[in-house]
Amino acid sequence: MSETRKLPVGREAIDEKGWWKAHRFLVLRRLSQAVFLGLFMLGPWFGIWWVKGNLSASMTFNFLPLTDPFITVQMLAARHWPETTALIGAVIVAVAYALIGGRVYCSWVCPINPVTDGAHWLHDKLGMQKGWQPKRATRYWVMAMVLAVSALGGTVAWELVNPISMLHRGLIFGMGAAWSFVAAVFLFDLFVSRRGWCGHLCPVGAFYGLLGARSILRVSATKRADCDDCMDCFAVCPEMHVITPALRGTEEETPLILSADCTNCGRCVDVCAPDVFRFTTRFDETPAPARAARRKPKHQSTASRAA
Amino acid sequence: MSAATKRNPSAMDRRRFLQDAARVAAGCAVAGMALTKFATDARALPAQAIRPPGALPEEDFLAACLRCGLCVRDCPYDTLKLAELGLDGPATGTPFFTARDIPCEMCEDIPCVAACPSGALDKSLTNIDDADMGLAVLIDEERCLNALGLRCDVCYRVCPLIDEAITLELSHNQRSGAHAIFMPVVHSDACTGCGKCEKSCVLPNESAIKVLPVRLATAKAADHYKLGWEDREPLLDELIDLPDRLPGPGTDNLVAPGGFYDTMPDPSMEGGFNPGFNLPGTGGASQ
Ligand code: SF4
Ligand code: SF4
Ligand code: SF4
Ligand code: SF4
Ligand code: SF4
Repeated sequence: MSETRKLPVGREAIDEKGWWKAHRFLVLRRLSQAVFLGLFMLGPWFGIWWVKGNLSASMTFNFLPLTDPFITVQMLAARHWPETTALIGAVIVAVAYALIGGRVYCSWVCPINPVTDGAHWLHDKLGMQKGWQPKRATRYWVMAMVLAVSALGGTVAWELVNPISMLHRGLIFGMGAAWSFVAAVFLFDLFVSRRGWCGHLCPVGAFYGLLGARSILRVSATKRADCDDCMDCFAVCPEMHVITPALRGTEEETPLILSADCTNCGRCVDVCAPDVFRFTTRFDETPAPARAARRKPKHQSTASRAA
Repeated sequence: MSAATKRNPSAMDRRRFLQDAARVAAGCAVAGMALTKFATDARALPAQAIRPPGALPEEDFLAACLRCGLCVRDCPYDTLKLAELGLDGPATGTPFFTARDIPCEMCEDIPCVAACPSGALDKSLTNIDDADMGLAVLIDEERCLNALGLRCDVCYRVCPLIDEAITLELSHNQRSGAHAIFMPVVHSDACTGCGKCEKSCVLPNESAIKVLPVRLATAKAADHYKLGWEDREPLLDELIDLPDRLPGPGTDNLVAPGGFYDTMPDPSMEGGFNPGFNLPGTGGASQ
């Protein structure tokens, strides 16, 4: 791919829009991840107990319960009917992500995301091959497997190995050997499979993806006619297959990125120099003319390889 | 990539699809088995790890606990901990306490149970005296100071349910012949398993009295034995005429009045006691 890339990814966007506009969502996203972790750390570090618990379940200001709906579903599969508090918490979280996009959890909250993003960054720096690429749908199989084991074993199965809670709970309550699960994910993404964990395997991401499959908040390639084929959005997108239908769609096809896999990370919005992408709602019907017919066939091959 | 250029693309696609599906399914099955093994292992709760008050039985607990640590946060005495992978025995992230480190202080308002959002700690526990976290057992009677005939009494004194959960049972001190032994005895119907006794045992390192999970500390009642002092109904007397054993020669009742056994030892004999039986192959008892 590199021979077709004249400039490093995002260079054009920085030149045209300035550093801030070319990194806006990335910075906001890291801030959001830090805030979500920081709120939980206020207690153990500074004795400020605004938020107690961890991502699995928490209590904010002794008033607002939040519960991970995926754990709740596993609990129900294991035939335990939870107290109302946990149920209310799960409903609140589920409704929120159903509105703003399930995988917003992945890119704005999940503490593993910086880990896998870091692995991807290093993977790129080292110029490694993409390696083993299981089907994107594998994560749904993993999710089904987790629910099956929960039901058969009568236990919240994924929490025995979930690297997300291992890391988050570990930072808040004490890590023990839990870091090894986090290291395993990092090494897996670095050496075995590019974007392998979050992009193909994680059942939590799969669950949240399904949860937000009809979400309101979406990214749209509204100005797709201006796309100059720099391919930077494909290079930064953790789920690059979601871009093609919207960006390369015809006049009648919607410019909205409607795939449940899109994490609403907004990185495509950042790196696009002609500002093709923007955040909008799924009801946005602004007409989005498709690009003029391809000028050179070369782009065709680049596009399909990247996608 | 080249599937489209092959002569029979749909057959190729179908084959690829089947192959992929089989591969994914097999992979998931293997991962699922590993996860099941992991789940089974996680059930092995070590004996020293005590669950918080109101905790459901271990199997149900692992189906219910979110591993959120809200119980840990609301415990005013920092009794509870979330198990850390590789360091603590219980399933990773689940709450427990080690009585010898910090016991449960049996808070009247049971804040840990109140905080639990999932019901893993059962809200139907409203009186902490009904808690059943474990059962204290006087595990080292050879070193317990009271059992040695001294007056330590610490475990007894600290028990929040003193004289109910733990009592001192008086018996004759055989060693001195002149003193009493105040034996600490725990009563399972009252003991909550709070661990205060274990925490305060004055012996160094391990405690002589320890809280164990109820499943380890209690045996199953022997229902086929009749406890005559509790149940005064006669046993089948009208149905079966049991043989009556009378004292006297020819029975195994040695010390009964009128009954003597031929080989009873003669106390005046040199060399002392000569048992009335020989073990096979020992050639007599004087070894
Ligand atoms: S895919 Fe899983 S690990 Fe990755 S960011 Fe989403 S929830 Fe976190
Ligand atoms: S399409 Fe854009 S917003 Fe969606 S995951 Fe890819 S880079 Fe992020
Ligand atoms: S009863 Fe009190 S001391 Fe005991 S575990 Fe609960 S909160 Fe902690
Ligand atoms: S509060 Fe309840 S669900 Fe949370 S860790 Fe404690 S026992 Fe588990
Ligand atoms: S564990 Fe010990 S201190 Fe606690 S109730 Fe039982 S006998 Fe008493």
